[in-house]
Amino acid sequence: MTTLSTDTELSREKFRSGVMRSPGAIIGMVFVAIVVLLAILGPLLAPYSPIATIGIPGQAPTAAHILGLDFEGRDVLSRLLYGGRTTLFMCVVATLLTYAVGLTIGLIAGYTRSFVDSLLMRMVDVFLSLPALLVMLVMVTALGPSQVILIVSAALVLFPGVARIVRTSTLEVSRRGYVEAAIARGENTISILRREILPNIAGPIIADLGLRFSWSIILISSVNFLGLGISPPNPDWGLMIAENRIIISENLYAVLAPSVVIAILILGVNLVGDAFVRSLGESRD
Amino acid sequence: MNDADNDALELRDVKIELSSHDAIISGVNLEMRRGEILGLVGESGSGKTTTALSIFGYWGRGLKLTRGQIVVGGEVMSTQQIFRTARGRLVSYVPQNPGVALNPSLRIGNAIRDMVRQGRVATSQPEEVSSLLVRVGLPGDSEFSRRYPHQLSGGQQQRVCIASSLASRPTLIVLDEPTTGLDVVTQELVLEELIRLRDQENVAMLYITHDLAVAAKIAQRIAVMYAGRVVEQGSVREVLSKPRHPYTRGLVASTPDHLVIRPLTPLQGIAPSLRERTTGCPFAPRCPQRVDLCERELPELLEISLGHKVRCPEWKKTPLVDWTTLVVQSDVQTQMEVSTVLKVTGLRAEYRSRGQNVVAAKDVSFSVLRGGCVALVGESGSGKTTIARVIVGLHAPLKGEVQFRGESLSGLAKHRSIEQRRGIQIVFQNPSDALNPRHSVEVAIARPARLLRNMDRNDASKEVLRLLDAVRLPSSVARRYPTELSGGERQRVAIARALAAGPEILVCDEISSSLDVSVQAVVLELLRDIRVEFGLSIVFITHDLGVVATVADRVLVLESGLICEEGNTLEVMRSPRHIYTRKLLDAAPSLIASINKWDSDEDRYG
Repeated sequence: MTTLSTDTELSREKFRSGVMRSPGAIIGMVFVAIVVLLAILGPLLAPYSPIATIGIPGQAPTAAHILGLDFEGRDVLSRLLYGGRTTLFMCVVATLLTYAVGLTIGLIAGYTRSFVDSLLMRMVDVFLSLPALLVMLVMVTALGPSQVILIVSAALVLFPGVARIVRTSTLEVSRRGYVEAAIARGENTISILRREILPNIAGPIIADLGLRFSWSIILISSVNFLGLGISPPNPDWGLMIAENRIIISENLYAVLAPSVVIAILILGVNLVGDAFVRSLGESRD
Repeated sequence: MNDADNDALELRDVKIELSSHDAIISGVNLEMRRGEILGLVGESGSGKTTTALSIFGYWGRGLKLTRGQIVVGGEVMSTQQIFRTARGRLVSYVPQNPGVALNPSLRIGNAIRDMVRQGRVATSQPEEVSSLLVRVGLPGDSEFSRRYPHQLSGGQQQRVCIASSLASRPTLIVLDEPTTGLDVVTQELVLEELIRLRDQENVAMLYITHDLAVAAKIAQRIAVMYAGRVVEQGSVREVLSKPRHPYTRGLVASTPDHLVIRPLTPLQGIAPSLRERTTGCPFAPRCPQRVDLCERELPELLEISLGHKVRCPEWKKTPLVDWTTLVVQSDVQTQMEVSTVLKVTGLRAEYRSRGQNVVAAKDVSFSVLRGGCVALVGESGSGKTTIARVIVGLHAPLKGEVQFRGESLSGLAKHRSIEQRRGIQIVFQNPSDALNPRHSVEVAIARPARLLRNMDRNDASKEVLRLLDAVRLPSSVARRYPTELSGGERQRVAIARALAAGPEILVCDEISSSLDVSVQAVVLELLRDIRVEFGLSIVFITHDLGVVATVADRVLVLESGLICEEGNTLEVMRSPRHIYTRKLLDAAPSLIASINKWDSDEDRYG
């Protein structure tokens, strides 16, 4: 019997019927899809080079330049279409790294029931007490503004929250009968974590994913906004908002367009996350 | 007082529906007078709580009162406005779980004072609170009323709830399983208190319970609900000693009793879900005496003698319940060579609770014979579960030894050999978390067979089908997931999973305590069968003496970490030696004890 496939089929079915039917989730997914497509296909559609000065700085929108020109006279639309790739890539990698670290620490802390738990969680508390943006700025200033440093520092700031959520869920699940039954029949720890615990804490983790992802967008964009991340003239949404503040009275769209794209992305991710949380609540009954 | 003053409650043809027009309860008629306790009995999903809450004008989200009338204390409850003024003034509520019902940040005196203000007579006398506390058997001094709920025991908390339900001087008190969370000795005290208050305060009490023995003890009249309808109603004596509805009879025959050691006769099948209810008698599919008409038409509630009503046209056919004691010396033991399979010596174990070490076992020694069933009995907190966890290697003992087939076992399962882990299996108390919701029944049962008996995929699949058959489940269950199963079905799957390891000892930790009586009877009878079929020894942990009498041949009574009495089940039940055992046995509600008492009262007074 193909038991494994029926298992995933069933959860997929639940996902389809629970999450996909809610209007919030559909709107959210459309939002995310728009931004992702914009970022991936953008460079192919861009009418001009993102780094070439082609007109008067701060020129208001015209037929040739739908969103006008920026503070150095570059085409805002082209920079917007080019700027998504790096931002999205960095945010996705930072979120994945956050989860790799947070999940490992949370699972170990929640499952051991020994001093290791307190040790890990106190360490997590230390990281949690550090102001997020400050840590990132210090790291970027000290180690240089490379993409790797940005990603690592974002993960460093974000992993404590994940570790705590994972630990709490693990602690709760590890007291359930089926986990105890697995311990009693002598399953090894890896198999207990993978087979018994992980699938049952997936709900809260996926629900949290949206939140972490939007946090990483905000953090990385903020660092770029402060001019310490991606260095000009490379296009980036966060950076664009910062650069064009000085010409906001001449061409509002140079600031507004990247802000709206970031807002749509965060809104979309959170709508999907919320719909998922709601579907979890319903299926528990 | 005239008749109208005496009417505490009248439900006339009450029907409460979901928005999908599936009726939760339908055609419910109940009358109560002051100074009377009516037992409302039924299993989960029978609609007893919905009925009780309808008296408060409270139905859950999506529910609607679509027919009938509710009259409390002579006042017709026609609008939510009237319901609101009636709450507290005419009717008050005692919840199942006082620990959750009492506001933890409110001193109990203030909590009771709030309810005094809800009453018809606005008294602001300070002694009102202390007099209420005294009336429910608690100290009335101001020190006590300044305590917070967490400073009280469970029994005291429930008394506070009862005191506050009396505070507004209502006509009717609705008690929703008020003693389910209490141990038997405390339950006994609370029940006596309630009977005294009924007479003293001339108040009507609607007592909801799933436990027939408790209903027999406290109620004068009883109404049995099934699938949203009252199926039998009458004096508690008539209904319980000569049940005329086959469902009531099934419940009585499924109720374990520590005074009569007898096999239980479980009902066939399970209760229909809301969607499955037809126009016919809801009990028809499970009924041994159904006729063609039953499946098409809902039977009337017939009055067969004064006040005794039965919703069954074939009520005359319902056989009497067999209360004869089954005296068989454990046949399993005599057939096999008697050898000790498990030996526990000088066990000491502690667990941590709220930052404190609690001693679960001080010095516990016992042995289990091959094929025998030993019951560990004790109240909550007596350390029974910890002993079970030590045996299966989930909890390391501080001192002492556990021997399996003569070999000493390591404290933790991961240090035990495969053969040792295979030989001892456990079934847990709570069926809702015993199975991993992400694994199908087949995966759950196949795992121990593959891990501990080294079976390949095909053999394990065959083993799954064989075990499902052994626990009386259809093979189609293999592809289902735990959330699609009922509590009783899940518990049977959990038993099958334990059997898949091919154990010699099955440790059962309160496996039937969260199940309905009729489902419990199925599980207990199943356990009896598989014990013979698989030649198992069983360590059965429970607080329920009736269950002990049904399954065990030896019993160990635990009191604060020590075994205070040990012996043959029949002997311990008949003639307990230790004072604690006697206290437990005296407090344990027994249906047959109530029936015998009614009979002897009749003999005496004619």
